[in-house]
Amino acid sequence: MAPAPSKLYADDVSLLLVLLDTNPLFWSNCALPFSKFISHVLAFLNAFLRLHQLNQVVVIATGYNSCDYIYDSSSATSGSSGTGKMPVFCSKLLENLEEFVIRDEQLEKGGPGGGIASSLLSGALSMALCYIQRVFRSGPLHPHPRILCLHGSQDGPEQYVAIMNSIFSAQHSMVPIDSCYVGAQNSAFLQQASYITGGVYLKPQLLDGLFQYLSTVYATDLHSRGALQLPKSVGVDFRASYATFLLLIACLNFWSLPSGIIIISYSLSPLSVIRMSRCFCHKRTIDMGYICSVCLSIFCKHHKKCSTCGSVFGQQAQSDVASSSNKRKMSDS
Amino acid sequence: MASGHVMKRVKYKTSVKDPGTPGVLKMSGDRIAFIPHNPNSASKLDVNFRSVKGHKNTKEGSNKPPWLNLTNDQGGSYIFEFESYPDMHICRDYVGKIIAKSGEPAKTAPAKPDMIAPDEQINTAELEVRIKLLREDSELQKLHKQLVIGGILTEAEFWATRKRLLEREYGNKRKQRVGFKSAMISDIKPATDGRTNRVTFSLTPEIILQIFAEKPAVHQAFLSFVPNKMTEMDFWTKYFRAEYLHSTKNAIAAAAEAAEDEELAIFLKHDDILAEEARRKIRRVDPTVNIEADQGDDYTHLPDHGIFCDEAKETSEPQYELYKRTLAHDINRHAAVVLEGRSVEVELEGTKTVAEALARSKQAEAANEDSAANADQEWLKRLSRLTEIEDLQAPHNHPVAPLCIKDPRDYFDSQQANAVKILGEDPLGTAKRKSAVNSNEAFGFLRECISQVKSVGLHDPIVKSKDALQVFNALAHDISRTKYDVGKISQESALDKLPSTTKEQILHHWASIQELLKHFWSSYPITTSYLYAKVDRLKEAMSQIYPQLEEIKKSVPANHKQQVSVLVRQMHQALDSAFQHYDADQQKRSAKSDQRLNGMRE
Repeated sequence: MAPAPSKLYADDVSLLLVLLDTNPLFWSNCALPFSKFISHVLAFLNAFLRLHQLNQVVVIATGYNSCDYIYDSSSATSGSSGTGKMPVFCSKLLENLEEFVIRDEQLEKGGPGGGIASSLLSGALSMALCYIQRVFRSGPLHPHPRILCLHGSQDGPEQYVAIMNSIFSAQHSMVPIDSCYVGAQNSAFLQQASYITGGVYLKPQLLDGLFQYLSTVYATDLHSRGALQLPKSVGVDFRASYATFLLLIACLNFWSLPSGIIIISYSLSPLSVIRMSRCFCHKRTIDMGYICSVCLSIFCKHHKKCSTCGSVFGQQAQSDVASSSNKRKMSDS
Repeated sequence: MASGHVMKRVKYKTSVKDPGTPGVLKMSGDRIAFIPHNPNSASKLDVNFRSVKGHKNTKEGSNKPPWLNLTNDQGGSYIFEFESYPDMHICRDYVGKIIAKSGEPAKTAPAKPDMIAPDEQINTAELEVRIKLLREDSELQKLHKQLVIGGILTEAEFWATRKRLLEREYGNKRKQRVGFKSAMISDIKPATDGRTNRVTFSLTPEIILQIFAEKPAVHQAFLSFVPNKMTEMDFWTKYFRAEYLHSTKNAIAAAAEAAEDEELAIFLKHDDILAEEARRKIRRVDPTVNIEADQGDDYTHLPDHGIFCDEAKETSEPQYELYKRTLAHDINRHAAVVLEGRSVEVELEGTKTVAEALARSKQAEAANEDSAANADQEWLKRLSRLTEIEDLQAPHNHPVAPLCIKDPRDYFDSQQANAVKILGEDPLGTAKRKSAVNSNEAFGFLRECISQVKSVGLHDPIVKSKDALQVFNALAHDISRTKYDVGKISQESALDKLPSTTKEQILHHWASIQELLKHFWSSYPITTSYLYAKVDRLKEAMSQIYPQLEEIKKSVPANHKQQVSVLVRQMHQALDSAFQHYDADQQKRSAKSDQRLNGMRE
């Protein structure tokens, strides 16, 4: 599963995929202006590239309507040493970023911002993972990849399943997702992403010192991380119960009842925070409840039908998958 | 109580296959009577309950119809098919009561009459699987010992929750036939005692089966000579004498001995039956036999490639051709037998039974071959196309129903809104504030920022040293604060830090609590007195674990106390909620019965 560590690439060579939040609706409200933010990030990337001559950076813009690769240090032509104002790669990146924002704006169709102003994190994560897969397949020699999400927008619930899939895929390929969240509230998505993949989640308190956070926490390669004490999440927000379930399946005890519903109780888990899981129906915090055996939604009491996926539970419905899928088809039609 | 009577429409079956005679079942007092609708029908029934020794019934929810099976003291049984499960349950409870009453003096009823679990009967195969599972999984064994032998759960209850496990084990066992060993029988090495010239061969029925299969002539000889002409001991002595002659590769000596002893000659000559079979066999290799690699395949590490033979001494004189057997003969024959697989499915006990069973299977094979001789080629083709060799298949998973989530927001949206509310923020307010900014303006603003950076360049210095120091301090503080927190580190388990005995104790308690709770919760809602008794038993067992946990908590060294108490607390909480439920249910029950009493009084 894990790529064989290459011998020629030392273990301190990194491939850093930076997901840059370019959601205009977020940045127009943020306490930290985008210009400041981007200069912190550029300085960090520059520092990162100087840490090892083989280090590689790929920047993906996470827009409001689209996302795209805006910079890849491996394909950049090394040449002149910049204009004096900034290194040449920075101006290249900014140029691409500007083009991207224009493209993103053209895709904007709907009227003034309805709903939640979230950016396309799921898309950007998928692109990053695709890139990493391509690197894995390019041969035995490749740097150690990791993903860094520089994010500020709110979580977009409609992307929930897609994001969780990306997270599990990253976990599967052993790619840590680090996240640095500059928004107002904590991002449950990114907390989970970092927790599940073994990355670092950080919400900087002092945005003016962003560069310091980035270089202190995220600059070191994965090999050196083993020897470092990095910030740990004090409380991971496991509101998204689906992930909780998959994540802690080993710690949970769940029992199948004849009705095809599974009872769970959280105990002996290494995390006491997960006890704040809430039911889907009344949003009560529960210790013990029912889980839909098909889609893993949590309920505080027995329901005849799952409100999330429409599976029908009942006395006749045995827990085998075939019958429940039949039932669902019937209920769909 | 028993004086009441029950009358239900049923079908009476004399055996499971019997379609059944429709009629009416009447149970009253101590008699069971069945009156068929068709008065001419022969299957009338009128028996005393005293002759009924036990009862079984099909479970609701299984795809079987509601059957009640009463066993009588002659070993026979009466099967009644009911129209519905409630009907059946009424009759079952009635029968249960009567039997419990009348069965007490007879003492033939099972030891614990209140624990008659439905369908307690199991066959030996299933029992074997259970034993195997217990032997392989020491944790399961511990649990089984504690709960089943401790009398908290019955055997059937314990295994009912592990159906998957049993099925998997059972499924594995049945499908592929066991093949012969790859090692050749000529490798059976004699044991010498070193002092005398005597050598001892130890033969197991398995080896004998292989010898018979590989050497039909020996098989033939065994069937005709033993025990009429010679004892089994003599037979095998002669056989190994012949084998010895072969191994010396002295065809001349072999010919000389064969001339003296006609029985020995059989072993020394080429096998006629073999030659006959050979051509047919080549066409009928069964692709489904599992030729599992074993030690015999490891020829590269064994001297002489593991084949007990000396090819150096070869004679090539034509008159001794008959008595010469080459290594190639042996290998080919062995390969053929291995490919054929073991068609004999008897318990490998005595030599005689092995010999006879092999003969039977050969006959059956021959019969099959004759009838299907023409379709041979086609059969082979079809077989190779249809047979899936299990070893080589991807793991067979259950059919998968794709997850169809109508709206992924359901997963998160409500939770999010709720959390925001708890944090004291108004989600609507923030949304409004956001939507106040026109998206065009926002995009414009962003572009402006970018071009600003482009023209001005990076800030210099990027971070003020005051800010940087503050960040450092904050990070260092955070890290030192979270470093020793228990259970917050994702990759480390708090359990790993505990002393191994404590860890084991906790894990064991955890496993048994889990098992007990599983049974406890699945017993609700309590519908029968059987479940009622079970819940009582479970509750009793759980309350015994409770103080044991306290004990652990007290006994651990001080530096682990915190971790252990966190773990123990969670187990206590799980138990507490079970007790709570138990008490609440108990109260509800007593309230109900009070009401009933009051109602009667009024």
